[in-house]
Amino acid sequence: MTGSFAAGGPPDTGAPPDRPGAGDGGYSAADEAMARAAAAGWSPDAIQIEHRSTWQDVWQRFRRDKFAVVGAVLILLLIAMAVFAPWIAPHDPTMQYEDGITMQGQPVGPSAKFLLGTDPLGRDLLSRIIYGARVSLVIGVLANGFALVLGVVFGLAAGYFRGGTETFLMRATDVMMAFPIYLFAIALVSVLKPSIWILILVIGIVYWTPMTRVIHGEVLSIREKEFVDAARLTGCSNARVLFRHILPHLVAVVIVYTSLGIATTILFESTLSYIGLGVQPPTPSWGQMISEGQSYYLSAPHLVIYPGLAIMITVLAFNLVGDGLRDAFDPQQRRR
Amino acid sequence: MSAVAVTPAGCAGEDNGGDGDALVTVDDLAVHFPITSGIVLRHTVGAVRAVDGVSLTVKRGETLGLVGESGCGKSTTGRAILQLIRPTRGRVLYEGTDLAHLRGRALRRQRRRMQMIFQDPYASLNSRMTVGDIVGEPLLVHRLRDRAGRHERVRELLQTVGINPNTQNRYPHEFSGGQRQRIGIARALAVEPNFIVCDEPISALDVSIRAQIINLLQALQREFGLTYLFIAHDLSVVRHISDRVAVMYLGRVVELAANAGLYGEPLHPYTQALLSAVPIPDPEAEERRRAVVLQGDVPSPADPPPGCHFHTRCPAMRKGLCDREDPALREARPGHSVACHLVTESDYPRIRAGEDDLAEVAG
Repeated sequence: MTGSFAAGGPPDTGAPPDRPGAGDGGYSAADEAMARAAAAGWSPDAIQIEHRSTWQDVWQRFRRDKFAVVGAVLILLLIAMAVFAPWIAPHDPTMQYEDGITMQGQPVGPSAKFLLGTDPLGRDLLSRIIYGARVSLVIGVLANGFALVLGVVFGLAAGYFRGGTETFLMRATDVMMAFPIYLFAIALVSVLKPSIWILILVIGIVYWTPMTRVIHGEVLSIREKEFVDAARLTGCSNARVLFRHILPHLVAVVIVYTSLGIATTILFESTLSYIGLGVQPPTPSWGQMISEGQSYYLSAPHLVIYPGLAIMITVLAFNLVGDGLRDAFDPQQRRR
Repeated sequence: MSAVAVTPAGCAGEDNGGDGDALVTVDDLAVHFPITSGIVLRHTVGAVRAVDGVSLTVKRGETLGLVGESGCGKSTTGRAILQLIRPTRGRVLYEGTDLAHLRGRALRRQRRRMQMIFQDPYASLNSRMTVGDIVGEPLLVHRLRDRAGRHERVRELLQTVGINPNTQNRYPHEFSGGQRQRIGIARALAVEPNFIVCDEPISALDVSIRAQIINLLQALQREFGLTYLFIAHDLSVVRHISDRVAVMYLGRVVELAANAGLYGEPLHPYTQALLSAVPIPDPEAEERRRAVVLQGDVPSPADPPPGCHFHTRCPAMRKGLCDREDPALREARPGHSVACHLVTESDYPRIRAGEDDLAEVAG
């Protein structure tokens, strides 16, 4: 997601140039005859039009928000960490080292060989945290993407078609939201053997509701705009009105909610893994690492502290970016 | 597009009948918006009768003005004619085809023939589309041109409405209100329609640009033989642009006449009150002008009064008649229809009796 912004960025020129004067069109035409004359007088090369798209505007505003940029950099680092884990990690995350455990069977603390110490099975904690980023990011992005697709489809349908469709979908959303989501997820996972894919499915099913509500509300206000009437009047089909005219106006809201939602999703995965229903050993996951380390929290606090920090930094980064995007997409902030 | 002899303003409307030259016929059109109650068990408890039995014809090549105060249902009428809002009752005939019963593809095909120019140029253009895409979309949807042809046609259309055709790749927010309205007009023209509903096309514009847009609309009408339904609340503008004028009050047409007839001899008491409120651009005449001030407010369209909708505020109201029976819209003078019980062949209720006090007239 952040990639598209970087790609859409304009060649940087520092301060944003003033918008070109908009007075070169119809103003000059006092009546039709004059308009024609003016039209005839225009030469194609005479007017250089500096064009700035919505995306460029958003990028301009986003990059001025220091916290958001820090968040974006953190996310890029996390992604790099996940992708290049085999090269970055000093050890094999599943390897149980004999010198990673004391004679009393206790995990060892940070040392030159094990930078962040080892876990109770003698595995290198740093390597496990680095590999754990894979699980967190994959689940964060995919589960959220799944929730997003459901939310957008249901929200669009409910908001645009109204009537029975709307009543059914929105009441179903209410029912889902009234459900205790952790209980629901726990029930689902225990029925369907836990794995990463089941986890993604379950988180998606649990988290589509807020997105549906937000999209539904947005669509309700957009569909009353005159340009939607105009589109229908030009002969656009429902599908074209929905995807060409309404959906583009939801992009901002979707991006913002997704970036905030990823943080929630990562936390949710950690929670499920913590109670043993998430990612199954030996695959490392941050929540599961905290869960395994908690009984050693007095003798080896690093087992809880470092995975906890990893979760915190990741969630914080996504929240910072989400906040930054929300501000950047707000046209009221244009002149900030 | 057929070549059409355009009737000069003020001379049309001599014959009101004869469906031969009627392009759009509206028959007993009604739009009721349900008032619902309850969240889970939603049920209808009433209806806002925004439009309640409107009948009118728009003749080929003319401009029919539709006036009335805010909330009287004139915009809803325009939208219902174009089927943007589905009518609750009544027929809308376009060249003999009843639009109210068309669905899906058949309706979309008919929409090539009729377009709309919207009130708010800031809301009527999709801010995420370039001007070229906006104006070219009708051509794309109706598969009228290939890619290159579309591009050429969009240039032509923008030029026609007085917008620099090189601005195709720009977005609506880069234009002023008047320019945006021109872009909206270009979009409406793209499919070569015969009939255009202008829904208060200048109300949202700066006063200094209004005349430009009016002149543009008139020039386009001459050039392409367009037929307009011109919705407005500005009586002087309507007088300037229209051949015939229909006056609406609370969801109904109360008077419909040629320009000269309506402004010269308004028969309906409401029309008289409305016209008396128009300022005269002459200080001395303006000094002598006495506006009829109607008592009370417009009744709620959710609960319109029985009989004549205007009787609650009419200074000439006759008890037992006006508050009981619905007046039908009938031709009281040649080419001049009015919906009032008190208009007879030789006389009509005069509520603007010179300098007299309103109370005297009413008593």
